[in-house]
Amino acid sequence: MAIISTVSLARTFRTKSGTVQAVRGIDLTVREGEIVGLLGPNGAGKTTTLRMLTTLLAPTGGAATVAGHDLVKDPASVRRACGYVAQSGGVDPQLTVREELVTQGRMYRLGRARAAERARELAHELDLTDLLDRPCAALSGGRRRRLDIAMALLHEPRLLFLDEPTTGLDPAGRTALWDLVRRLRDDHGTTVVLTTHYLDEADALCDRLVVVDGGTVVAEGTPAALKLRYAGSADASLQDAFLALTGRSAAPADPAPVAV
Amino acid sequence: MLLHDTALIYGRCLRQSLRSRFALLFGLLMPMLYLLFFGPLLTGLPLGGRGSSWQVLVPGLLLQLGLFGASFAGFAIIIEKGHGVVDRMRVTPVSRLALLLGRVLRDATVFVFQAVLLVLAAVAMGLRAPLAGVLIGFVFVALLTVSLAALSYALAMRMGTPQGFGPAINALTMPSMLLSGLMLPMTLGPAWLDALSHLMPLRYLVDAVRDAYVGAYATGHMLLGSLVATGFALLAVTVGTRVFRTAGA
Ligand SMILES: Nc1ncnc2c1ncn2[C@@H]1O[C@H](COP(=O)(O)OP(=O)(O)OP(=O)(O)O)[C@@H](O)[C@H]1O
Ligand SMILES: [Mg+2]
Repeated sequence: MAIISTVSLARTFRTKSGTVQAVRGIDLTVREGEIVGLLGPNGAGKTTTLRMLTTLLAPTGGAATVAGHDLVKDPASVRRACGYVAQSGGVDPQLTVREELVTQGRMYRLGRARAAERARELAHELDLTDLLDRPCAALSGGRRRRLDIAMALLHEPRLLFLDEPTTGLDPAGRTALWDLVRRLRDDHGTTVVLTTHYLDEADALCDRLVVVDGGTVVAEGTPAALKLRYAGSADASLQDAFLALTGRSAAPADPAPVAV
Repeated sequence: MLLHDTALIYGRCLRQSLRSRFALLFGLLMPMLYLLFFGPLLTGLPLGGRGSSWQVLVPGLLLQLGLFGASFAGFAIIIEKGHGVVDRMRVTPVSRLALLLGRVLRDATVFVFQAVLLVLAAVAMGLRAPLAGVLIGFVFVALLTVSLAALSYALAMRMGTPQGFGPAINALTMPSMLLSGLMLPMTLGPAWLDALSHLMPLRYLVDAVRDAYVGAYATGHMLLGSLVATGFALLAVTVGTRVFRTAGA
């Protein structure tokens, strides 16, 4: 069953220098329990798409159903079902890790005791237990990223959106995050939609990839299918397939690090 | 749910405020200076009102406190937005109205607290006013801060940068203060200035609080002031909530 389906979902921004068609029309179907990777060069429209699917940004065209609810008509139900980790995070540096986690849980309507319990569980799961009473500002970049992810999991969402979740993580943190994502899917049936510029990550983690360029979907399929189709062989690298598709490499200045 | 959500956001905001004792008191500086160095100049002047010059000045200073304090509330949301905190809250099912109400009620709490300190200082300087009137004055300060803070958040969310927001607020607050007769009653001035000042919502509030400070509660000023203050607050909260609902840029 499809947990996300969009039809020509589009978003145009009006700026002083004219209109920007950030997303021109995305048709996307995600099945329950899938791990889907959104790939695409900088400015392709990945973040804008996620912001629409999480109700942060109203679409200017098209329609979408998320977790069984119409995105525009019933945003409140969509919000209850989803978790979202923004590309740039979202915690107050002055407040403590525990306070942010508990408040977030309570915004998802957990009771006081349950929110505190979930904060402890997630801190344990994401290796933040010793940092619970530190201010968020005291966390290193990678730990802050783990906190951002914990913030999206308090209410055990059916559907999780992660915008570049592993940017800034060390190789160990990156594999730990992959394990977490797989565990969420295997143990809880959580559907995960993530964006990444690391093609090794897309290859290792995602069941299916959707390549976006210029605000539209230019290719989709399993990593193996994309390699076969666009790079000529299932043994080719995803990098070659990506280059053939977009004419650019995924992360030109910063080659994808290899997880150890 | 609205109550639950508002209490939650209010609690978080209040804890943020309590973390900074400096910010809790900073708004008091300007009205305190007026009280100390401007107030004594008025004691012998014919201000046309009933009661002492303190009963004319202190209501104006209370609203000045609210005007300057609450108008700048938006700076905090620009910072929070920059940290991604606003969007992180907006993806949760939390009520959009609560996202605004929690914040403006925190602002009202902080400024009423400052107003109490200001009135205590004024009493030490020579103010004598009925308790009921003083309490009514606090209600007006609360309504004014709710209104202005809501509009300030709305403007700040739209503008997005302190470089744009700061000058805009400066350009709005100074004329508002001068044109509403916060320092001296407008009735002392020429007819055109008095007429112009009736275009400022704040004018009706200060007239009402001045009546309250001389114990005149059933007056036209009081009625008009209450209506303007309540209407302004409702309008501002509606505008502010809409911004929290749609703010996408
Ligand atoms: N609020 C906005 N106002 C104007 N233009 C915007 C806004 N948000 C995004 N855009 C534009 O929309 C396009 C898509 O941006 P988006 O952030 O979705 O790309 P992305 O695929 O996430 O890129 P990246 O890989 O760099 O994160 C870009 O051209 C961007 O400049
Ligand atoms: Mg992005």
